[in-house]
Amino acid sequence: MLRIEYVYWLCAALFLAASAFDAASRRYASAAFWAILSACFFGGDAIEAAAAAGNALPAQLGGIGVIALALIAGSGALKRRTTGDDDLPQRRASAERLGNRLFLPALAIPFVTLALVLLLPYLKAANLDVFDTRQTTLVVLGVACVTAALAAMALTRATPVAAFREGSRLLDALSWAALLPMLLATLGAVFAKTGVGDAVAQIVSAAIPTQSRDACVLAYGLGMALFTIIMGNAFAAFPVITAGVGLPLLIGQHHAHAAVVGAIGMLCGYCGTLLTPMAANFNIVPVALLELRDPNAVIRAQWPTAVVLFAANLLLLDWLAFR
Amino acid sequence: MNYWPLLGVAIVVAGFAWRLNPALVVVVAGIASGLLAGLAVPDLLALLGRSFVSNRTLLVIVLTLPTIGLLERAGLRERAQAWILGLRRLTFARLLIAYLGLRQIVSMLGLTNVAGHAQTVRPLLAPMAEAAAGKIDPALDDNERERIKAMAAATDNVGLFFGEDVFIAFGGVLLIQAFFSQHAIEMDPRSIAIWALPTAIAAFVIHALRIAWFQRGIAKRMQAGDRARGVVPEHRDESPRVAKDETDAAH
Repeated sequence: MLRIEYVYWLCAALFLAASAFDAASRRYASAAFWAILSACFFGGDAIEAAAAAGNALPAQLGGIGVIALALIAGSGALKRRTTGDDDLPQRRASAERLGNRLFLPALAIPFVTLALVLLLPYLKAANLDVFDTRQTTLVVLGVACVTAALAAMALTRATPVAAFREGSRLLDALSWAALLPMLLATLGAVFAKTGVGDAVAQIVSAAIPTQSRDACVLAYGLGMALFTIIMGNAFAAFPVITAGVGLPLLIGQHHAHAAVVGAIGMLCGYCGTLLTPMAANFNIVPVALLELRDPNAVIRAQWPTAVVLFAANLLLLDWLAFR
Repeated sequence: MNYWPLLGVAIVVAGFAWRLNPALVVVVAGIASGLLAGLAVPDLLALLGRSFVSNRTLLVIVLTLPTIGLLERAGLRERAQAWILGLRRLTFARLLIAYLGLRQIVSMLGLTNVAGHAQTVRPLLAPMAEAAAGKIDPALDDNERERIKAMAAATDNVGLFFGEDVFIAFGGVLLIQAFFSQHAIEMDPRSIAIWALPTAIAAFVIHALRIAWFQRGIAKRMQAGDRARGVVPEHRDESPRVAKDETDAAH
């Protein structure tokens, strides 16, 4: 069976390769950074298993690793590599030669994923135990990525070493931004554990005039959006704000339709996601991937959509939840 | 209630406002919040380490990088641009609006991973959008190119966010159901997904209009630039750069 851990180990191998290439070109801070991350991915399974069994030591080592990663990132020693245009003539010539075949490996990632997802129910019916039942779509994505990499190697006559080198080059272009989604999820866990959410809900519900239905709708929508902006994740905001405002005021006091409150409340949070650098995988990682100079370029491009859509959500909530 | 851990939130806000390194800010905020809540240092370290590794899924996307890197070296972006230039009727707005609609529909079917910033935006959509905008104004400056690429990334985000919530087995929908179930309100996931549909439609309309306006903006700035340079607008279509690119694309 293809387990999700194999996918993580493959990621770990890629980080290790990046570390080796960086060490070879004397970029020692980057080499250390990717090596620590690689260790977290190789050891992740063991850390989770040990923590579940009551042994906190591996998790504590992981925590020290997280702090080390943050210190390396914060020291400014990671030099972001950008894609140069030195090889533009070769790229043009190669594009000419290979033509539309170049699209095939790139499209293999979505299409192999799609094909395998469609195949899953049949495999299940035949009792074939091919893919891990946890995180199945990620295992499938991993398979699709490997397939696409093999296709790209065949097409461009590249060796596996070249594939790892190109992957490492892009990792160095992403630099610490690659890590931000995981660090923010970690922060979310710490905030949840330390009661930050409950404190925010307390403040929000103390501040609004509960008699007015419109004020409650506004407070719930704004609460979802603002708390999502702080946490970078609407899933973290939803239980906190809905328990603090949505349930007691909208549903309890004003008899709103619960399914509508849940669905549109979550989408108010999504408008917040479009506005916050805390949602790193959506708003900061693409800035690094596209090599943009303005760190907030993506947020700048989407804020008008987010604001207008947020207003639309409030109107929809007011209209649909109280029929 | 202990309000001191809220200082962690303040650290995040201040750190981002002062443009300190976000990775460092986030970890410092987590440590501050944990210590202010009275967590012992060993427990805090374990919490950091365990939460970090349990979110490994967020980085699986790096597995696309070797493929994308190899293909880029072999000229994928140049090929994507040539292809767009060969399609006369495919404008900037049509390209991005089609991508937006497709991304929403595919996400509604639960296939959120088939596209994304690493898989489709960097290698395909962004260079295509740049090429399509170049058909309107061949003399785009760096700022405009940056805004065009950012718009491509924004379009992917909007398509993903306001499609995935309409899929019944999506984590968000199940989270809503589980939350209400804990509070003794039972509901069918389908009824939650259905109420996400009006917002999905609104998101498509709003963002599609913005893309169309964005395209008008490019055209307007080009005309203004032309007047400043003294070029007569009617002669634009025969500008040598477009003509050359189109013969390239014919291969």
